Amino acid sequence: MTTNGWIQIGVFLALILAITKPLGAYMAKVFSRERTFLDPVVRPIERLLYRVTEVDEKHEMRWTEYAFAMLLFSGATMLLLYLIERAQHLLPWWNPQKFAAVPPALAFNTAASFTTNTNWQNYPGEATMSYLTQMAGLAYHNFASAAVGIALAVAFIRGIARKEKETIGNFWVDMTRSTLWVLLPACIVYALVLVSQGVVQNLKPYDTAKLIEPQQVQKIGTDGKPMVGPDGKAVMDTVTDQTIAQGPVASQEAIKMLGTNGGGFFNANSSHPFENPTPLSNLLQMLSIFAIPAGLTYTLGRMTGSQRHGWAVWAAMAILFICGVTTAYWAEARGNPLLHGVDQHATAMQPGGNMEGKEVRFGIANSALFATVTTDASCGAINGQHDSFTPLGGLVPLVNIMLSETVFGGVGAGLYGILIYVVLSVFIAGLMVGRTPEYLGKKIEAYDVKMAMLVTLVFPLIILVLTAISSVKGFGTSSISNAGPHGLTQILYAFTSQAGNNGSAFAGLNGNTLWYNTAGGLTMLVGRFFMIIPMLAIAGNLAKKKTVPASAGTFPVTTPLFSVLLVSVIVIVGALTFFPALSLGPVLEHLQMMAGKTF
Amino acid sequence: MKKNLITAVLMTIATTVLLGILYPLLVTGLAQLIFPKQANGQLIKGKDGVVVGSRLIGQPFSGPGYFHSRPSAAGAAGYDASASSGSNLGPTNAQLIARVNGDVAKLQAENPGTPIPVDLVTTSGSGLDPDISPAAAEFQIRRVASERKIQEAEVARLVRENSENRQWGFLGEPRVHVLELNIALDARYGRVR
Repeated sequence: MTTNGWIQIGVFLALILAITKPLGAYMAKVFSRERTFLDPVVRPIERLLYRVTEVDEKHEMRWTEYAFAMLLFSGATMLLLYLIERAQHLLPWWNPQKFAAVPPALAFNTAASFTTNTNWQNYPGEATMSYLTQMAGLAYHNFASAAVGIALAVAFIRGIARKEKETIGNFWVDMTRSTLWVLLPACIVYALVLVSQGVVQNLKPYDTAKLIEPQQVQKIGTDGKPMVGPDGKAVMDTVTDQTIAQGPVASQEAIKMLGTNGGGFFNANSSHPFENPTPLSNLLQMLSIFAIPAGLTYTLGRMTGSQRHGWAVWAAMAILFICGVTTAYWAEARGNPLLHGVDQHATAMQPGGNMEGKEVRFGIANSALFATVTTDASCGAINGQHDSFTPLGGLVPLVNIMLSETVFGGVGAGLYGILIYVVLSVFIAGLMVGRTPEYLGKKIEAYDVKMAMLVTLVFPLIILVLTAISSVKGFGTSSISNAGPHGLTQILYAFTSQAGNNGSAFAGLNGNTLWYNTAGGLTMLVGRFFMIIPMLAIAGNLAKKKTVPASAGTFPVTTPLFSVLLVSVIVIVGALTFFPALSLGPVLEHLQMMAGKTF
Repeated sequence: MKKNLITAVLMTIATTVLLGILYPLLVTGLAQLIFPKQANGQLIKGKDGVVVGSRLIGQPFSGPGYFHSRPSAAGAAGYDASASSGSNLGPTNAQLIARVNGDVAKLQAENPGTPIPVDLVTTSGSGLDPDISPAAAEFQIRRVASERKIQEAEVARLVRENSENRQWGFLGEPRVHVLELNIALDARYGRVR
């Protein structure tokens, strides 16, 4: 670990702190339908959009209608993406590499993945998807799923803030306003900044470069194995060209990060130099993951009239973030003790540490920070391969997702995720003092707690059951690429990431099989919608309630004590659920590695 | 119910046109106008106008007269920029350890007794890393200089010229561009055959 590394991490957190208030206050205005500086440009587009799509913007929805509209929109957009993928070879536009149709199971998995804001990818983008599919199918969903997430978080905030009301807002309006006022204008500017750093943005066919030094390599046969001639010698082949994949990357990259989607244009995601060329682009990408989720904590405080509660939630998130990044940075900087004759010390001349799967321009600090940020939020973009992290370094992203990505979290999903834990925290605090728990003046009753428990139980249930099945059946284990405890971690990470709608992977696991495509696709749908519906039910129920004045027995949700309790509840729920699985995976692998064992 | 269904379909179409077509085309137009070089991948052209690579994308090198890039898991020859990928080998994977040991043995013949800078024997996340650390470049100076029969100080100077410090003084890590360094070597001292 180096001083410079810590400075970079500190600057990152300070910038997030600085962004929170202005962005959060702006979003509160947008969703309270107050005037903003963008109105002259955006308001006419909004009106036009409502006219075309027959939306009555004055209409207010009960939580059931809100949920129903959300499901219809998610269903319609998912179907369209599936159709685009299946028909991309027939469509006349923007397919310069002439990619064939995406096979059905993979197309289903990908459609579920992008609709649910997961962006789990069982395909290499630059060898599978046409530019049209990337733009109108995948990048489009980055907008849509993020806008849905923000809308849901705002609906939940309204549920807390409103008194004796039946309704929680209008889904179409919330979704449209988050797109037009927040995501789209930010992305236009942000995409151009990324281009200035070197992220490509074009629609041309792939380029071919003549290598400076042509390379001799062993030919690969049709069976995928290196070819050997009849004389027993390797059959060699001369590689003289380098094909350089291109595409409309920056426009997708911007919303991929800002919408906490994380699906890379290229297979290597944000480690690819065309997606993330410089340390500055890397910093901006990390900032844009946390920006909206952090801002939403301020929006929460503003819209519920308890700004200090918003900051208390922010503080709880920051505590968990610091724990995660410290562990990951420490573990990765220590390097791999199984490598001999290798200098892994950090010096002025090299970043050192565990560099397998990491880029030199990012080094250890930025790779550990990125891995923490992308899994604290439900982003899932990567700038280094998590599969090649040290066992404890890889444990951090895995645990982050297991804690339901409540550390700033996904756009919208992070806020309503942590609010579920807030409900549980005040419930537990209420039990301790023996009074009916209250949250910002609302009594938390059996119905609310039941719904919150439903959310917290479905998540581990689907992860652990599917991981267990996959680790004993041939159709599950045949996809493993690293033997020993690491193989179990690969499977566990896959289902955790998909249930949590994260999308990062221990990417050695071959997910493009019938089992993983189907089970994974369903996991993502359950992970998204089984969380949203109980959450909206709580929101609808809270909106109906009367407020009760705070009394001496009220547990205040604005204090450091509350932040600490919230952190404890999140950690205890996560630890109790997942500790056994973690000890068989990364913890065991760490102990074996320290004992010098390989697999 | 029916009304929401109609809206869902219309909203899908309208937003797909706006966000899926108009937005990327607008960004493409602006990018090509304002940053044409970056938007097209910063391609490097040789004397005869042939594209020889991209400033951002690494290339494989194996001859002793060139600085070597990091090992790569992208494609058969490595550095296949249409098949970006990391090795995804776990830290306890015997294949990883064997690969590193093999590379270490080869490199130690060059500079006996010197431990190998870790980035020189590990694959990058993309398989296309254009950089090596200054330590990894320094490690190779002796080999390149003796193969090309030039002064080590000359080579060291070229290395410095093709290095980049931390962005804004504190972001990222110092690094050496391997492709540009090798092109500079060829330009000054002729191609190695």
